[in-house]
Amino acid sequence: MSSRPYGNGLRALSFATVAAITGALALVFFYAPLEAEQGFLQKIFYVHVPLAIVSLCGFVLGGLLAIQHLRTRDPRWDMRSYVAIHIALIFGLGTLITGSIWAKGSWGHWWVWNEPTLVSFLIVWLLYATYQPLRFAIEDPERQARYASVFAVTAGAFVPLNFIAVRMSTSYLHPRTLSSTSNLPGPMALTFLISLLAITLLYATLCKYELTAKHTRAQVRALRRRLSGETAPARGRSAAPVALPDGAMPAAPGETLGARFGAGSAPGTAG
Amino acid sequence: MSATLGESPAAAAPAAGAPAARRGAGFGSTVAAVLRKELLVELRTLESVPAMSLFAVTTFVIFHFALNRGSVEGDLAAGVLWVTLLFAAILGVNRLFVADADQGGFDAFLLAPVDRTALLVAKVLTLLGFLVALEIVAVPAFSILLLAPPVGPALGGLAATLALGDLGVAVIGTLVAAMAVRTRARDLLGPLLTLPLFVPIVIGGVRCTAPLLELTHRSGPPARWLATLGVYDLVFGLLAFALFDFLVED
Amino acid sequence: MPSAAPAVEIRGLVRRYGEREALSGVELSLPAGSTLVVFGPNGAGKTTLLRVLATLLRPHAGRVSVLGSELPGDAWAARGRLGLLGHEPLLYSELSARQNLRYHARLHGVGEERIVELLDAVAMTRRADEPLRTLSRGMVQRVAVARAVLHEPELLLLDEPYANLDPAAIELVAPLIGASASGAERTRELCSHDPGRGLAQADLVLGLRGGRPALLAEAATVRASEITELYR
Repeated sequence: MSSRPYGNGLRALSFATVAAITGALALVFFYAPLEAEQGFLQKIFYVHVPLAIVSLCGFVLGGLLAIQHLRTRDPRWDMRSYVAIHIALIFGLGTLITGSIWAKGSWGHWWVWNEPTLVSFLIVWLLYATYQPLRFAIEDPERQARYASVFAVTAGAFVPLNFIAVRMSTSYLHPRTLSSTSNLPGPMALTFLISLLAITLLYATLCKYELTAKHTRAQVRALRRRLSGETAPARGRSAAPVALPDGAMPAAPGETLGARFGAGSAPGTAG
Repeated sequence: MSATLGESPAAAAPAAGAPAARRGAGFGSTVAAVLRKELLVELRTLESVPAMSLFAVTTFVIFHFALNRGSVEGDLAAGVLWVTLLFAAILGVNRLFVADADQGGFDAFLLAPVDRTALLVAKVLTLLGFLVALEIVAVPAFSILLLAPPVGPALGGLAATLALGDLGVAVIGTLVAAMAVRTRARDLLGPLLTLPLFVPIVIGGVRCTAPLLELTHRSGPPARWLATLGVYDLVFGLLAFALFDFLVED
Repeated sequence: MPSAAPAVEIRGLVRRYGEREALSGVELSLPAGSTLVVFGPNGAGKTTLLRVLATLLRPHAGRVSVLGSELPGDAWAARGRLGLLGHEPLLYSELSARQNLRYHARLHGVGEERIVELLDAVAMTRRADEPLRTLSRGMVQRVAVARAVLHEPELLLLDEPYANLDPAAIELVAPLIGASASGAERTRELCSHDPGRGLAQADLVLGLRGGRPALLAEAATVRASEITELYR
């Protein structure tokens, strides 16, 4: 039961992310060589592939966090699982859009079926797009968290299976230049790795922001409840999990918001 | 994971001195009891199977007009058959737990000293039964209405493919039905959740069925696709086994 | 023969619904063979408490022990020994009374003779083979009572059991869900809105308001007016 404030390290992480993104952009535009066949358009590869990788890892991570939730029944794992999937879904949308732009530029069509990675990505995205509607449709917060976790584990296991099945079914002979990341010449490999690092850091930062924001809002609501008694307005139906403020879990000597900002001004912080 | 957190039934010995924990039905008897109840309810209401069968036949008619063809073969035939079967299956999936959720059947089952996974097995077998009944109507209807080559020589391979496909559909369908039934939008979420999960079954099913339905150069279902279906069934079977308990709790 | 250990023991039970505490601070110890009656307005947590004791809901904090088994870890051991009669009859409306009772009997490992005996006790033998949806609410409730006591539970959990019954039916049903059945002392937990009848049956009284215990005392020391206070 950690009582460490959620926002720890957020600033450092943000700076690192901005630095990495700047570095990656610089490399993409000024360092990486123009590819022979596709020219300038190929550079979208440095955004598209890292987005895809991070997004898929995010989905699988969401499944792993959900397993922890089911094992321990601690709602904080569900919160982490929700955020991981939620942000991975957004990155997934970015993957599909950048993939579509690349397809239009290279093949003249906004969508191609002979790219198994893109195709299986679409299927996975369509599945995860039901995650929030599923949560929203269940009012009991504990059941919402539990069902969402079962979904996250099932969908997480589905990701690799689906990928394999689609791959097997696509038997076209031309090289899949979009997804081939092996055999990259030096400068391109370096650019790719830095881009991957930048996108990963961006993902981590966004996750941390969302977790911190939710946690803080929960603290505020808890204080408001203490001040106005149980007549404080109830939270409306929501797809997002409930963040319990520190101290709601037994035996947690949590830091309350009041204690952190010193000057014991908020009444009732001692509880 | 189905025995998480002390959900194991009369497997352990009762504490000394305490009155004997009443032994409920064993796993097999529980499955049998639930299956019997499912069969009785279905026979009384005739909800699922007739609706699924009628839906399949009507869909074949719609395909005739949609594709503007009098007959189909090979790839196209396999596709039409699988799409129809899966959408008909969704009707059955939607109804699978409705009686339990609406009439308090979950509580009654949860109060009994039985292994909760038995409910999963019973429901999967029920859905499987519905699918087999569906196919007994749909496959002949398909061969009469739309299929160009005669279906006779294909029956063996078709039976094997459908068996593997049905198992996957039954497991996924049961898992999703349990998730969707106690939500506000149960009829909408069911299909939305099942269809992406069915994609590998469609891929495998069609790859296995297409060679069987060729007019010329017929061949059997490719072994590696049968194996793919089998592996998919196995993985989802294990997943469902591990996760089902969490869905059935209140 | 009443045993020494309490049938139900609750220490510091907390059950949340999201951020709200649906039940908190409940502490009680119910000796075997006694009856606990719970009063309180709607939404006070009576049904939540009932469902926690029925092992259908897990406690979020605190210790709950039912018939010697700690929840939620040993819930399975207690399950076959308790019976629940809630607002829902927990019966399938398409099946007949006999078919429904058979289903429950199979799950609990109970024989056919008991079904016949109970159908007779609730005077439903004549209409035992008609689908429940053709029967009146009162008749369905009678079958529900039969379902609840089918496996001779040591602990009965009842949520306003007399709600849908006419006086004749109540007479039929009372001995089945009463404090002692077939000679053995039975522990009961009962939710009620009726101070008069509730107090008459109680050994221990718990009043809930807003999820918290407002009143906990031996029945003999409680006046009906204190109970009506809860609803104010």
